[in-house]
Amino acid sequence: MSATIDTRHNAKVMNRFELTKLLVAKLTDEAVIGGIGNANFDLWAAGRRPENFYMLGSMGLAVPIALGVAIAQPHRTVIALEGDGSLLMQLGCLATVAARAPRNLVIVVWDNGIYQITGGQKTPAAAARTDLVAIARASGIVESHWAADEAEFEALAARALGAPGPWFIAARIDDKPAVTQTERDPVRIRDAFMRGIGSRS
Amino acid sequence: MAGAGGATTWHDIVVETLRRNDVRLVPYVPDRVLTPLIRAVEADPFFTAFPTAREEEAVGIVAGAWMGGMRGIVLMQTSGFATLPNVLASLACACQIPLLMMVSERGTLGEFNLGQAMVCRTMRPVLSALGIEHHTITRLDETEFVVDRTIRQAIATQAPACLILSPLLTGGKAFSA
Ligand SMILES: Cc1ncc(C[n+]2csc(CCOP(=O)(O)OP(=O)(O)O)c2C)c(N)n1
Repeated sequence: MSATIDTRHNAKVMNRFELTKLLVAKLTDEAVIGGIGNANFDLWAAGRRPENFYMLGSMGLAVPIALGVAIAQPHRTVIALEGDGSLLMQLGCLATVAARAPRNLVIVVWDNGIYQITGGQKTPAAAARTDLVAIARASGIVESHWAADEAEFEALAARALGAPGPWFIAARIDDKPAVTQTERDPVRIRDAFMRGIGSRS
Repeated sequence: MAGAGGATTWHDIVVETLRRNDVRLVPYVPDRVLTPLIRAVEADPFFTAFPTAREEEAVGIVAGAWMGGMRGIVLMQTSGFATLPNVLASLACACQIPLLMMVSERGTLGEFNLGQAMVCRTMRPVLSALGIEHHTITRLDETEFVVDRTIRQAIATQAPACLILSPLLTGGKAFSA
């Protein structure tokens, strides 16, 4: 794999939908929690999977929900897809993840530096050049990495799906909205997810 | 009557009733009054109990765990509950998830902190506005029944529920100045 880079500013600016497709192409039975807005919209667009849960609110809870699934099903890998603004709202969860150290949890953060869906306003982290990977690592998540480019994103995803975590992978992305929107039927989404991960038959 | 398995304190009764209902996951943000309950679940390998940085997180964790097939309950103080309406409405209520909550009631019956008293007044109106079943436990002899039936109903009806531990039950936090 390409040389690991450690800071946000030298990571390539990529596209959420393209990266989501690259990730989904690698999946088998992993559970995926798509965070509010674009994170779950592009997950929806990347192809329906019964193991996907699409959040329609509760901004910032993709990682905690994924942690809960990971605790309940320790033999299944669970992936949280979250926006940078959403994660910024719930940074304390990174310490909780580090403390629990679930081997089967992968956190993927889409960092566009903005609240895209509400009009593209800059996040305070973007203004301050806050580095979310540095925060994750300092929170105690050892496997915290920036994806330098698409190839490295794929390589990191492959490692995270095969080796014990928790993993934190961040990708800089452009300011594009998601390519479509998820059907908004929360009860149906929840029920389909439970059947998809075998907790209901 | 004492309670489940001859338990004689409110926290022993809660522990045994959670166990009997297979409620194993107990994320919490601490409160003085909850200390004996937290100690008991942390010492007991049946439970997976741990602190979170914020109550919203604990709600997400219990919601995710229930979808994954594991039952849980969030422990918190009144002020912690007050941080939750958005995630209760948009996650637990919207998705019909039987999120169980246990709140140690601060702000009433001898409160010394005006801030806590004000926050406390928001709790029941929020629960009512969201249509969330809630019961205030005041008596030791009713604790097992209320906790047990509330857990069962929440799960059977796929609806969140909140148990409020009154100072009448726990003794509360006494004015110490
Ligand atoms: C608690 C809360 N505050 C504000 C909002 C409004 N809101 C919805 S999505 C969003 C921005 C999400 O930003 P980010 O996670 O970075 O994703 P992006 O839109 O950039 O893809 C905001 C502010 C909300 N839904 N909930």
